[in-house]
Amino acid sequence: MANQTSKSGQTSRSGQISKSTSKSGQTSKSGLLFSGSDWDFKTLSRAYEAIEAIAIEELHLDIYPVQMEIISSQQMLDAYSSVGMPLMYRHWSFGKHFLYQELLYRKGGRGLAYELVINSNPCIVYLMEENTMALQALVTAHAALGHNHFFKNNHLFRQWTDASAILSYLDFAKGYIARCEERHGVAAVEAILDAAHALMEQGVFRYRRPPKLSSERQREGVRERLEYEERSYNDLWRTLPPSKGGDNVGEKNSNIAERKKTLKLPEENLLYFLEKNSLVLEPWQREIVRIVRVVAQYFYPQRQTQVMNEGCATFVHYTLMNMLFDRGLISEGAMLEILRNHSNVIFQPGFDDPRFSGINPYALGLDMMQDIQRISTEPTAEDRDWFPDIAGNGNWRETLLDAWANHRDESFIRQYLSPALMRKWRFFILADAASEPHYEVASIHNERGYEKIRAGLAQSYDIGASRPDIQVVDVDLLGDRQLRLEHKVKNGIMLEEASRDATLRHIRTLWGYEVSLAAIDAQTGGRLNERSTSQIGE
Amino acid sequence: MPIFVDRRLNPKDKSLGNRQRFLKRAREELKRSIRDRIRTGKIADVDSEHAVSMPARGTGEPSFSDAKDSGRRQHILPGNKHFAPGDRVPKPGQGGGGGSPGKTVSEDDFRFVLSREEVLDLFFEDLELPDMVKLNLKEILSFKPRRAGFAATGSPTNINVGRTMRNSHGRRIALRRPKQEELDAIAEQLAILEVEPQSAAPVRQRIAALREELERLERRRKRIAYVDPVDIRFNRFDAQPVPNANAVMFCLMDVSGSMGEREKDLAKRFFVLLHLFLKRRYDRTEIVFIRHTHEAQEVDEETFFYNTQSGGTVVSTALEEMHRIIEQRYPSKEWNIYAAQASDGDNFVTDSEGCIGLMDGQIMRLCQYFAYVEIIDERESHIFGSTDNGTSLWRAYSVVNQRWPNFQMSRIANAADIYPVFRQLFARQPVLQKSA
Repeated sequence: MANQTSKSGQTSRSGQISKSTSKSGQTSKSGLLFSGSDWDFKTLSRAYEAIEAIAIEELHLDIYPVQMEIISSQQMLDAYSSVGMPLMYRHWSFGKHFLYQELLYRKGGRGLAYELVINSNPCIVYLMEENTMALQALVTAHAALGHNHFFKNNHLFRQWTDASAILSYLDFAKGYIARCEERHGVAAVEAILDAAHALMEQGVFRYRRPPKLSSERQREGVRERLEYEERSYNDLWRTLPPSKGGDNVGEKNSNIAERKKTLKLPEENLLYFLEKNSLVLEPWQREIVRIVRVVAQYFYPQRQTQVMNEGCATFVHYTLMNMLFDRGLISEGAMLEILRNHSNVIFQPGFDDPRFSGINPYALGLDMMQDIQRISTEPTAEDRDWFPDIAGNGNWRETLLDAWANHRDESFIRQYLSPALMRKWRFFILADAASEPHYEVASIHNERGYEKIRAGLAQSYDIGASRPDIQVVDVDLLGDRQLRLEHKVKNGIMLEEASRDATLRHIRTLWGYEVSLAAIDAQTGGRLNERSTSQIGE
Repeated sequence: MPIFVDRRLNPKDKSLGNRQRFLKRAREELKRSIRDRIRTGKIADVDSEHAVSMPARGTGEPSFSDAKDSGRRQHILPGNKHFAPGDRVPKPGQGGGGGSPGKTVSEDDFRFVLSREEVLDLFFEDLELPDMVKLNLKEILSFKPRRAGFAATGSPTNINVGRTMRNSHGRRIALRRPKQEELDAIAEQLAILEVEPQSAAPVRQRIAALREELERLERRRKRIAYVDPVDIRFNRFDAQPVPNANAVMFCLMDVSGSMGEREKDLAKRFFVLLHLFLKRRYDRTEIVFIRHTHEAQEVDEETFFYNTQSGGTVVSTALEEMHRIIEQRYPSKEWNIYAAQASDGDNFVTDSEGCIGLMDGQIMRLCQYFAYVEIIDERESHIFGSTDNGTSLWRAYSVVNQRWPNFQMSRIANAADIYPVFRQLFARQPVLQKSA
């Protein structure tokens, strides 16, 4: 602790030397990191260093190096519309999202985020230029340390995304798609992108580990592949009788089981399947499908760890800001501003409040993590009963670090949501059967309901369970080439028909032949209905 | 130490390309929306930004999603106040899932603003204007910088030396900055005194005093700058539009029963195009609406397009009314007078001769340009083609057309026919610009 204070004292002294204005002189004399609401790069850097030092010392965070970028509100809107990435290929849907975000912002319907953070190495943090210095400090703690630590340590991110390669991959993707547009026309590229975007949800591996992508190797590979295809293209092959083309699919008379085995069916990743097996896609079209799939896969862990990621960042900024304040590094005025923004961020209205729009991941995450802190330091008898392994172990830091590293939202809630918190949030379960004219309250926050609420809430954060489960089950490449998909219907929840038909049309674009989707009841295995593109029409 | 990158100066409008792609995709719907607006809005408003609603077709992004009205599910909600297990809550009337997980406004259901450029693009596309003309119309009036006093801020090239030095002089007097002569005088005295060796005590004291005085004055000179930032004045320039004359545009339209919705819509676009042209050419444009049946009257835009009146058709009354208004309010010395007339060609049998007389005798002398469109049925368009037979008004105006080069006439059956009427107007453009 003593070491800590002297270190930040040093940083402020060096600030005094380098700056001659009276304002910063005062700042250093009083030991504050900053005073007033204006920021400059020196102050930002001083604040970052003080915050980082405390974070590593006190919370044992482990982070990627940080790159902070200052952007204007316009640029923040740009980033919003391209799914939060600093560079992205061009597509009309991003233009549409931009218009929407801009409208909300202009009308005052929604403020812009104070920051945006990219899971990359170095970790890129965007700071808005409008932020006051107090906000910049808050945001630094939140994004540059909280999110950063989570990105670097959570097992999902470690396993599924390669932080050091994503930016160069996107750079490659952007350039590649632009070149395709030049060569093949915007409309042709757009058709493929539209179709691939429609399948993004079904374009991730949930269970299999994807190969690592290294952008240079990737680029090299694409070039070689394309060159090879161009070199070896011979129009003659097209004219060969079809019977000889069947070699790569297996024996001509192979039974269905063997066919499925060759194609590794059933396959949950539709984009992957289409990319590898579609008979009509040109090489460049395959590459575009692949790009969309890689982007979808990159965001998959983020969607599974909303509560944890935001909770971790919020917990970190709240804890760090309080520590800074306790050490006299932040003035009371700045702390008040920070707390006001903090409480806005974690605002959670009740279900019957007009402002209610679902559970606020910031609020739930922070509450759960503070709850873990409480359980490990001052547990009640109930906590000892529910969490025998962590209650009263006194080491909340390690407990939290462990949770951040090894869980996703679903397992985190299943593991750590305590009865005390359920009572505080006054959670209840509303059962909703489409056939009934009313909802029924199934469980509330009482002894009989705790387990059910915890399981239900965890379930609702399980992407695998809450997304329609659609798989490729069969295709006869030698026969009619009809692509057969299966939708496992859980709890009788069917697909929305208009968007289902539109999406099937998109799949047909990529597949080139008839596509059919059968709805299968997950419990009974009975066939509920079947829809084929031949029924839909263009 | 983190790396800092200041991105604020990066090129803006990173998503412009995406916006253009999006607009292209939604083109047809947006065009319809612009058309509606021209039909319902004011002529002068076409040339501005325009909010349109999100087109529904062609811009959907489908994906597999759960149907809200099937199956069984659970909602876990915070903020229970009085529910106990087994309680029943009625569903809100519309859309099943209402009171449960928050329903936000769908992203597809919003309005956004098209810029003036984009609105005009869509408008022109319908009229099939040649590119040169489009460019001409979209061009914004040029500005000339004009001296407008002085300012305390500005770029170094605009420093006004005279003003700056005057301020500096006044400030030096006010703050009593020691002059060079005063310093020189003291230095001279010092030099004289210091020459004498072994001087007496009073002299040494005098030298010390002089030295001190010299030092004080020099310090003061340093503190009070010769030219201080507060002295500096810059020439200020105002952007002033290049002076242009005024123009008045007369819209003449037959509003008798034979003019239906389609005819009025086409007429309106005809007027809009002329107005766009005038607005670009002239600083100040006014529009006068004259409608006529068997009698003519000046009306406002609303009445002009939406009120119907029954009666016969006597075109000359409108021309007389126009002449009267010109005499009264728009002397041709001060105003450039443009006229656009739309009609279905009907006229009272004996009136056409009178029209020729009026045009020849008075109106064509006063007008810069007179454009006449006859709105015909699409089926008739290929019958009439370019023949000179036609309605009585058409035949009468054909005579006028031969005598006056600034008269234009055409039959139009759809929007794309409108532009040729103005072709000459735009073709003359370079000449006009030179003379302006």
